[in-house]
Amino acid sequence: MKYGSAFLAIGFALLLWQGIVTLTGLPKFILPGPRLVAESWWTNRALIAEHTLITAMEVLIGLVIGTALGIASAIYLASSRVARLVIQPILVFTQALPVFALAPILTLWLGFGLGSKIAMAVLIIYFPVTSSFCDGLMRTPRGLLDLAQTMQAGHWRTLRLIRIPAALPSLASGIRLAAVYAPIGAVIGEWVGASRGLGYLMLLANGRAKTDLMFAALLTLGVFAVLLHLAVHLATRRLSGSSPDRA
Amino acid sequence: MSRAPGVTLEGSASIDGAPLFAPLRLTLPAGRWTCLLGGSGVGKSTVLRLICGLPTGASFDGTITATDTRPIPERVAYMAQDDLLLPWASVTDNIRLGARLRGQRADADRLAHILARVGLSGHAQKKPGALSGGQRQRVALARTLMEDKPIILLDEPFSALDAQTRAAMQELAADLLQGRTVLVVTHDPAEAARLGHAIVVLTPKGVTDCPPPAAPVPRPVDDLDTLRCQAELLRRLRDAA
Ligand SMILES: Nc1ncnc2c1ncn2[C@@H]1O[C@H](COP(=O)(O)OP(=O)(O)O)[C@@H](O)[C@H]1O
Ligand SMILES: [Mg+2]
Repeated sequence: MKYGSAFLAIGFALLLWQGIVTLTGLPKFILPGPRLVAESWWTNRALIAEHTLITAMEVLIGLVIGTALGIASAIYLASSRVARLVIQPILVFTQALPVFALAPILTLWLGFGLGSKIAMAVLIIYFPVTSSFCDGLMRTPRGLLDLAQTMQAGHWRTLRLIRIPAALPSLASGIRLAAVYAPIGAVIGEWVGASRGLGYLMLLANGRAKTDLMFAALLTLGVFAVLLHLAVHLATRRLSGSSPDRA
Repeated sequence: MSRAPGVTLEGSASIDGAPLFAPLRLTLPAGRWTCLLGGSGVGKSTVLRLICGLPTGASFDGTITATDTRPIPERVAYMAQDDLLLPWASVTDNIRLGARLRGQRADADRLAHILARVGLSGHAQKKPGALSGGQRQRVALARTLMEDKPIILLDEPFSALDAQTRAAMQELAADLLQGRTVLVVTHDPAEAARLGHAIVVLTPKGVTDCPPPAAPVPRPVDDLDTLRCQAELLRRLRDAA
């Protein structure tokens, strides 16, 4: 049902796109039609695949590192009141700063390679994972903590056996958000300075007025992002199932 | 389980300077069931949580002592209206939660024995979500028994159950928790009349003892003495309100 309507929507979008191209008669270097883009995608498939692989690596490595850092930070924050008082305001403050503004500096520091893009992805992922997991850890049902206390439980065992499992659904939503943000971070990194990746390919095609290739790269990025989202959704489904209020 | 001590709470409590209950003396006789009855908001849970050593919103001025003068919080098992089962853990893991939280091994034979006594032997590997409300509360009771503590504190443990399940649970708990010092906090006069070796009514003015019916605990639901006691308790609650 959900997928059926998705296919309908894609079909409709393609029709609309072709309709606009035909009606307005825009030159193909401004708005190429779907056919032309498809042809360009097919002729450049090796090139696109090569750059997609780079972007995918940046995103996936960024996702793993950002999620791991986020999980560790959330557990640390949830364990220490002092840490929450001192570090949380700093975290919130740094979030007010658009991460994109850091892209040039990261490129300067880490170079044109994968490193600066992974760092962008990590930076952009880190906060949603940390904050949603930490929120979940701080919202353990009061009664469970009371029970643990009467059982003479230690801090770490309470964390491991009660607070972390109870917060897994929150972690899942954080990771899902991260999967949406990660490609944005990587592509922005590529725009600022790169010699490989879909973001780089789009800039390159745009500069040479190969608008059809630009669109082909853009659509590939879109498909990758959707697939990533689905994969992460499936992977985190087990985590979401263990909510304490599911009764 | 070590020998069950008696427990005495003596003192008064206030919330933000406003008195919650006047100076009172509450005694839980050793190895007996004490029912603490009162309307909602009079401070029943506060009293119970104070004895458990759990945080409360009130500041308590007084003492809580065991007849053997040893510390109390490490010798209590706690059960609330909410079964407090971990939804992601199996029935077995829920029952041995205390041992897991203390990093100890749970005795598998004892666990199987307790599971059988609460009538859930066939459900050991199920998740709480697959059980009925009554079964879940039996798992909570099994978890409490597994703790094997001499002092048992029950905060309205059966009030979320339907009438027949509640009656069955009362009988099961009375049977399985025999010999321990039990405090049951309840707003239900019928429950107090059925279960209490001692019955105490809590009002803002303090506590008053009420003579329990003569029949042995758990008293039959149709015992005339018990019904009369229930009516008397209800009258006291209404007078206090
Ligand atoms: N954590 C808390 N902070 C402030 N007030 C509280 C807190 N817990 C309970 N109270 C208040 O204390 C009073 C007694 O609560 P409680 O002991 O739970 O009553 P009972 O169990 O008899 O219904 C109530 O008026 C309640 O609003
Ligand atoms: Mg209460």
